[in-house]
Amino acid sequence: MKTILFIIQKEFLTIFRTKGMLPILFVMPFVQMIILPFAADYEIKNIKLTIVDNDRSALSRQLNSHFQASPFFEVLYANTQEEAESRVQSNQSDLYLVIPPRFEYRLLKERNAPLHLTIDAINGAKAGVAQAYVQSIILGFNREVIAEWGPQLQGQALAALGAPIDVSYQNWFNPDLDYNTFMVPGILVLLVTLIGGILAGINIVREKEIGTIEQINVTPIRKYQFITGKLVPFWFLGLFELAFGMLLGKLLFDIPMVGSIGLVFLFATVYLLLVLGLGLLVSTFANTQQQSMFLMWFFMVIFILMSGLFTPIESMPRWAQTLTWFNPIAYFVEVIRLVMLKGAGWADIQGSFFKILAFAVVMNVLAVWNYRKRS
Amino acid sequence: MSIHHISKSYGPVQALNDVSFEVSKGELFGLIGPDGAGKTTLIRILTTLLLPDSGEARVIGLDPVKEFRALRKHVGYMPGRFSLYQDLTVEENLNFFATIFGTSVRENYHLIKDIYSQIEPFKDRKAGNLSGGMKQKLALSCAMIHEPEVLILDEPTTGVDAVSRKEFWEMLHRLKDRGITILVSTPYMDEASLCDRVALIQNGHILNVGAPADLVKSYSRHLWAVKASHTLRLIEDLRKHPAAYSAFPFGDSVHLALKGELAEGELLDYLSKKEHREIEIKAVEANIEDVFMELMAKKQAV
Repeated sequence: MKTILFIIQKEFLTIFRTKGMLPILFVMPFVQMIILPFAADYEIKNIKLTIVDNDRSALSRQLNSHFQASPFFEVLYANTQEEAESRVQSNQSDLYLVIPPRFEYRLLKERNAPLHLTIDAINGAKAGVAQAYVQSIILGFNREVIAEWGPQLQGQALAALGAPIDVSYQNWFNPDLDYNTFMVPGILVLLVTLIGGILAGINIVREKEIGTIEQINVTPIRKYQFITGKLVPFWFLGLFELAFGMLLGKLLFDIPMVGSIGLVFLFATVYLLLVLGLGLLVSTFANTQQQSMFLMWFFMVIFILMSGLFTPIESMPRWAQTLTWFNPIAYFVEVIRLVMLKGAGWADIQGSFFKILAFAVVMNVLAVWNYRKRS
Repeated sequence: MSIHHISKSYGPVQALNDVSFEVSKGELFGLIGPDGAGKTTLIRILTTLLLPDSGEARVIGLDPVKEFRALRKHVGYMPGRFSLYQDLTVEENLNFFATIFGTSVRENYHLIKDIYSQIEPFKDRKAGNLSGGMKQKLALSCAMIHEPEVLILDEPTTGVDAVSRKEFWEMLHRLKDRGITILVSTPYMDEASLCDRVALIQNGHILNVGAPADLVKSYSRHLWAVKASHTLRLIEDLRKHPAAYSAFPFGDSVHLALKGELAEGELLDYLSKKEHREIEIKAVEANIEDVFMELMAKKQAV
């Protein structure tokens, strides 16, 4: 036990003397916290909408003004559909809406007035969002027309237009649809993972690279002592980063903390064991820090992209969803969002907790088994 | 320390081939051979870091394969590459190695006083910033701090200046005087004479084992040191001489070993005819390198 303490003490000394370690520990969370939530923002604003108004009636102007009032659209006008089309071609506009001639007349008399919408769908996500915005504005316009002109319409006409169905929305757990609220907990997971997995892995390989492992291996230090001494400091650093990141999230973005902080840390404790085990396993295969970095990146990139941090797991193909069953980052991202934003308790996360615990045990056993003091 | 029929290969490369020798208690034993001879492999087997393919060894009566745990407590090992923590200071390194052996610097200070006192003024300096000679003294201190019965050193003087090399050997002799058994490997033939006994090793084979003086005495041939203006051509011509056994460059001259007898005048005539100038010939005593070259040539002939 005393030996482990001496090793841990030595580790902390060398970690903090490693060049660039302090910036990694303190600047990296700051930068990730500031940049990533903004970069990964899915809110789409300033969509360039070109309107071709071939009706020029009171009602078509009313529809136009609805678009102009929306914060999501930057409205341009064109005289012909060809002009609007060429704007989309040349990227000056993202979509165009054609209001046909006799729009007002048909809407009021024939109770049916088609509008034509063309969207540049190169960016599928953006196109989908734009379409949804346009539809919701037209729906709002529709309701207004019914409210305004309803009394003047005859019974049959009114019935055909349909009773205005009031679909009201309420966003739970993230009422303002604030993407920072959604992203920051996920980024905390990234931080913990990078510190735990990559730094611990390259630290062990570093001993191989500079040859100190040779001197350590002839000492009576036991395998478990060496490995424990290596992992514990990074386990602490990982938890420290989580706390530091949470503090930044609170100060910079006022991230809600609905659930128990203790529960998040409890989960992080086990999660770090798993990530450290992965780093250790990789380090038993690698001989240089570069090799270990590349191997870790291979896993990290896949884990991060498939974690549900940026894109929802539910929208992945079935085989990819099956793969996320083995993705530790996906579990932690889900758990931290559940606890911080939704106030989930132990009962809600215990399934993930025990799965991660089982993975952690397997990973560390594999790593220790594969770690050799001699060949 | 005894080594019996140890063999080890890395894939198709036979690093050690049926190596056997004994090192007596309290002896300063040299393992001498060129790079790639198998010195490091043998040392790593004796220090429990590598498993031999066959054969067995005993170090202070313990088997490095089966009793590695007990053995690690009593062996001091200094790897060929500087293997201390460069980011830790001199003092921190020493403390660390003392504590993981369950002792303290204060308790065993007397063991390393001689060596450590020379670098103590720099104890707050990071190990990575020490000079080559000081790094060695620190490494030796760290290898000695747990009072080992055996000290095993892998090429401690490689890449170290002449003065530090001399100092280092003096330190080894003082440790030996205290009764510590020392096995040291070196590629430098001239260091053989500083050992009690040596084993000459080449391509994984032990060529010969014995006290340096005995090995030199066993060398029976007449030996001449020959100098001339054009050394390369000189070697070629000497090798062509019917009485020549071998000719190797040695420092700024060429050592010519003879098969039988040859008068100095005859050789001078021979070389003059071959148009060599500034010829100098003198008889010399054999040294370990000559012994090594002869043993090597014999081995190749077999």
